[in-house]
Amino acid sequence: MRQIPSELVYTKSNEWVRRLPAAPPGAAQAGEATEVMVGITAHAQEELRDIVFVELPKVGRTVKQGEPVAVIESVKAAFDIYAPISGTIARVNDAVVKSPQLVNQDCYGTGWLFAITPSNPNEFAALMTAEAYTNQLKAETH
Amino acid sequence: MTEFHGWDMPLYYTSIIEEHLAVRQTAGLFDVSHMGQVVVKGPDAVHTLNRLLVSDITQVGTGRACYTLMLNESGGILDDLIVFRLGEEDYLVIVNCATRQSDVAWMDAHRLSSTTITDISEGRGILAVQGPLACRMLEQILDARVTGLGRFDIAPIRTMGPEACIARTGYTGGDGFELFLPNHHLLRLWDTILTAAGPKGAKPVGLGARDTLRVEAGLRLNGTDMDPSTSPIEVGLDWTVAFNKSEFIGKDVLLRQKREGVARKFVGFELSQGPVPRQGYELSRDLPAAPGAACLPSPIGDRQAQTGGRRVGTVTSGTFSQMLNRPIGMGYAEPACAKLGTTLTMTVRSQRHTATVVKLPFWKPEAPAPVLSKSTTATLEKLS
Repeated sequence: MRQIPSELVYTKSNEWVRRLPAAPPGAAQAGEATEVMVGITAHAQEELRDIVFVELPKVGRTVKQGEPVAVIESVKAAFDIYAPISGTIARVNDAVVKSPQLVNQDCYGTGWLFAITPSNPNEFAALMTAEAYTNQLKAETH
Repeated sequence: MTEFHGWDMPLYYTSIIEEHLAVRQTAGLFDVSHMGQVVVKGPDAVHTLNRLLVSDITQVGTGRACYTLMLNESGGILDDLIVFRLGEEDYLVIVNCATRQSDVAWMDAHRLSSTTITDISEGRGILAVQGPLACRMLEQILDARVTGLGRFDIAPIRTMGPEACIARTGYTGGDGFELFLPNHHLLRLWDTILTAAGPKGAKPVGLGARDTLRVEAGLRLNGTDMDPSTSPIEVGLDWTVAFNKSEFIGKDVLLRQKREGVARKFVGFELSQGPVPRQGYELSRDLPAAPGAACLPSPIGDRQAQTGGRRVGTVTSGTFSQMLNRPIGMGYAEPACAKLGTTLTMTVRSQRHTATVVKLPFWKPEAPAPVLSKSTTATLEKLS
């Protein structure tokens, strides 16, 4: 089983979500993320292999949970990346556009894709814990 | 693993990019046993082949080979293949996997009565060793002077049974060899090469890198870049056609196309950055066509491209080139848009990317395999 950090939450479509709690004072209620970082899991990058192109959404774009917002291309094929949560694209990682192999090399770190300012915190309920995601992958491989 | 025309084949062993680079920098080992092996024999074998194929087979000496095409009556490409002359009246023809059975049936239907066509693929296979270190590696393993083989030469490997041969051919654009062997010899040699060469010597290479290597070398793939509706002139393989030989299937149509021109031309193109060109993507021209030209009906696709501009062509193959570090592709375009340097637009997911028509191949080796004297028959001399 590939690395599945326990502090992250996950989607069925193999994106990881890091909730950034460092909110500016007064900007958000306690426990509510002001921004979430998104990338693809070790399992996903392993499946894709040989990543050669990354297309990211424009900053400021409004996205809906489950909507395709980015594309990762490996030598083999192109794959959609879905917004794990509704909101506005706050930042994108230009480094992976320049060096797509970062997603293969460090998918939870320098290979992150984009950050979203969530518009509906209730949607977090639909995301999986590391444990639930681990179980999903186990179920897939059996 | 992936299913490929009835064969279970690895798309990659470790990674397409790693395997691609191994072939360009050291050596790669391919099991291409899915390719068909057909023996054409008899006193009229050369005449049978000369009627079936576009090249002049009388010019192929014993121990030599030529890349050529087999056409239908309308000049469409049934298959591209390599013909090896093993003896005076004895030829080995390597055909594509998907078309093997239809090729053999077609050849059998058009053979001269004294010629036999035998599919010997069963129980045999093909091992390809490709890359700048392939020559040195095989010399050691076979204990034979394979440097004595020039490009497109073939020699028997007498220790491995009848019709066991080694040829300096391949599908990667660089130096390399193909070995046509009975299965038990192939399996043993596969293990020997991988063990002897060590992890830095030769890497096993799957279908994925086989495709990216051939695209980088500008080599067409039958069924992808061409099919029975494609003529050699359209796909830019008219250099294989011997127009001056008497008769061959499809000749009339080719002569007419040569006179009247064709509606589409095969092109190579590159992007400075952007997505990987893939089969079916649309190629268009942003600039309005010249007055008059705009009135011509486009033979290739819709008059109006998906996202503005005028559609002028379609992508058939593409990849991200490891050697050029940029996306490259091949496909068809209207002849007026097929000239080197023409700027085309490739539309991907509603976004437009600039592509420039460039010369094929995209990549060439610095030290290509030598073409040796045609006066001697290639033989495999023992080293020790």
